[in-house]
Amino acid sequence: MGLLRTMLRIREFEDRVAESYLRGMTAGSMFHLSVGEEAAAAGAGAAMEAGDCFTTHHRGHGIFLARGADPGRMFAEVFGRREGYCAGKGGSMHIADIALGHMGANAIVGANIPISLGGGFAMRYLKTGKASVAFFGDGALNQGVLYESLNMAALWKLPILFAVVNNQYGMGTRIDKASATSRFVERAETFGVRGAQADGMDVEAVWQAAGDLLAHCRGGGGPAFLIADCYRFYGHGRKDPSPYRTKEEEESWRRRDPIERQKRRLMEAGLLSEESHAALIAEVTREMEAAVAWAAQGSMPEPADLFRHVYA
Amino acid sequence: MTQMMYRDALRTALAEEMRRDPRVFVIGEEVGRYGGAYAVTKGLFEEFGAERVVDTPISEASTVGLGVGAAVMGLRPVVELMYVDFVGLAGDQVANQMAKLRYMTGGQVKVPMVLRTQGGTGRSAGAQHSQSLEAWLVHIPGLRVVMPATPADAKGLLKSAIRSDDPVVFIEHKALYALKGEVPEGEHLVALGQARVAREGDEVSIVAYSRMVHFALEAAETLGREGIRAEVIDLRSLSPLDLGTVLTSVRKTHRAIVVSEAHKTCGFSAELSARITEEAFSELEAPVARVAAQDVPVPATHLEKLSIPSPEQIAAAARTLRRSQ
Repeated sequence: MGLLRTMLRIREFEDRVAESYLRGMTAGSMFHLSVGEEAAAAGAGAAMEAGDCFTTHHRGHGIFLARGADPGRMFAEVFGRREGYCAGKGGSMHIADIALGHMGANAIVGANIPISLGGGFAMRYLKTGKASVAFFGDGALNQGVLYESLNMAALWKLPILFAVVNNQYGMGTRIDKASATSRFVERAETFGVRGAQADGMDVEAVWQAAGDLLAHCRGGGGPAFLIADCYRFYGHGRKDPSPYRTKEEEESWRRRDPIERQKRRLMEAGLLSEESHAALIAEVTREMEAAVAWAAQGSMPEPADLFRHVYA
Repeated sequence: MTQMMYRDALRTALAEEMRRDPRVFVIGEEVGRYGGAYAVTKGLFEEFGAERVVDTPISEASTVGLGVGAAVMGLRPVVELMYVDFVGLAGDQVANQMAKLRYMTGGQVKVPMVLRTQGGTGRSAGAQHSQSLEAWLVHIPGLRVVMPATPADAKGLLKSAIRSDDPVVFIEHKALYALKGEVPEGEHLVALGQARVAREGDEVSIVAYSRMVHFALEAAETLGREGIRAEVIDLRSLSPLDLGTVLTSVRKTHRAIVVSEAHKTCGFSAELSARITEEAFSELEAPVARVAAQDVPVPATHLEKLSIPSPEQIAAAARTLRRSQ
């Protein structure tokens, strides 16, 4: 039920970002929605603990929501308001909250991976017993820093989970047009890193796999690698009609909608009724409505804010 | 005061800061068992162990990124980049991550790391190991850039850089490591952003940094014998830049030469010249003169010397300026 709620919140959040853009409420147009990827975010997020640190790629709203983000402050950031997580200065692609362990979303593909390597180094140096998680997309699977970082993490047995949200496309390039092989788990295993592949459209499968791997990391077994196969239901950005993929392909993935799947599972297990489902939807809708309204009333940065936060 | 070499002063600073603060650690290629390519970290591994003096694979981008992440999580990394020429390998982590995380997060995080590296000519090391790339770094808001010329400043500035809550790129000079000088013992801190008057004079200001300070002093000595009183300013940090000390000097001498071992085109000398002209145009008896490296890759032969400024060129520029009224 908790996982379903998280996924519903993510979808509602993302849809309201899109709607807010159309209404001219967002500060800019550079945001990337994770609709279709909710199971990867919710499953991995639920497997993490308080005190773990993490970074995300540019499509990171869902992951941060799954880690306890306040949607009001997230909307405020996307709207460029001072009340946003980063005082409006980061925007969608740079949301961070160090109090929740979020070291930052990153707009350079793969660049957050070495930063999470440093997070894992710090977790061990400070003997916290916690783990560091780097979330990134399949587009980062061919960036050099991933392999540098896998090697260093394995060399020093650092508690890091490399978590790939594989939505099949790096912008418009399908994964098989970008990667010579699809044996990504093997790539990680070659470094001595424990690897696993999970059905990224099944939130419980992701949760299970991420939990096992994080236990391995925290137990001193060294780093781990998880690839969750899912699908980006929308385009890369707001104006991308995805001409590079077929309607049939899109439909086949939409039929595996992770939210519908979890809903059915809970209903079949007798844990969810139509009424409680409707109540959940209503609750999530109210929450996100209120979050948008709160964020929209936020204040705009002052000209003097331009010069703040450049240096400590 | 103790006589010591520039490299020993740097090592002393590292060791003192590591003893003072357990969050400080050193990481980079060959910093541990090997003791550093230029022997700066020699002995640290023996004193502090593998946890705090960490040898890395040759993976510059991820090593700098590791420093960024560790700094965000509360540690104080001193990352060694063996040559500043390798900064391109870590370019994204330096320019997009280390420099910008604080700003992009609305001030939530600090990135208190030092990226120690070295540059410049002097060893016929060739075009990929002899550059002066400070302009690339000073150009990025969010970074501090420090370039010590003397053993005393090497120690005092490095200690301040480690204590700074900002990311500092600390560029040593490969030809200065064996330079000896008086270094104060113990708690010797030199604040970032304070230039130093290395020699007083009232007829021409020579503004330099890093190894070029010594070339400027040599030129000033020659000029002194000819009756020309040159003042030499050692900038010490390029960011923050102590323009005040430069302008005070220029208002006294009314003539300025800026000297840099970096290429002239779009180099830091261009920035300095522009700043002086913007701020003190009416004080100048002549246009600001620039003495900088030729716009050629640094050759690995004896031609290396011809590619960078010489004390004689600096002195010649001063004579020319002195003649102009």
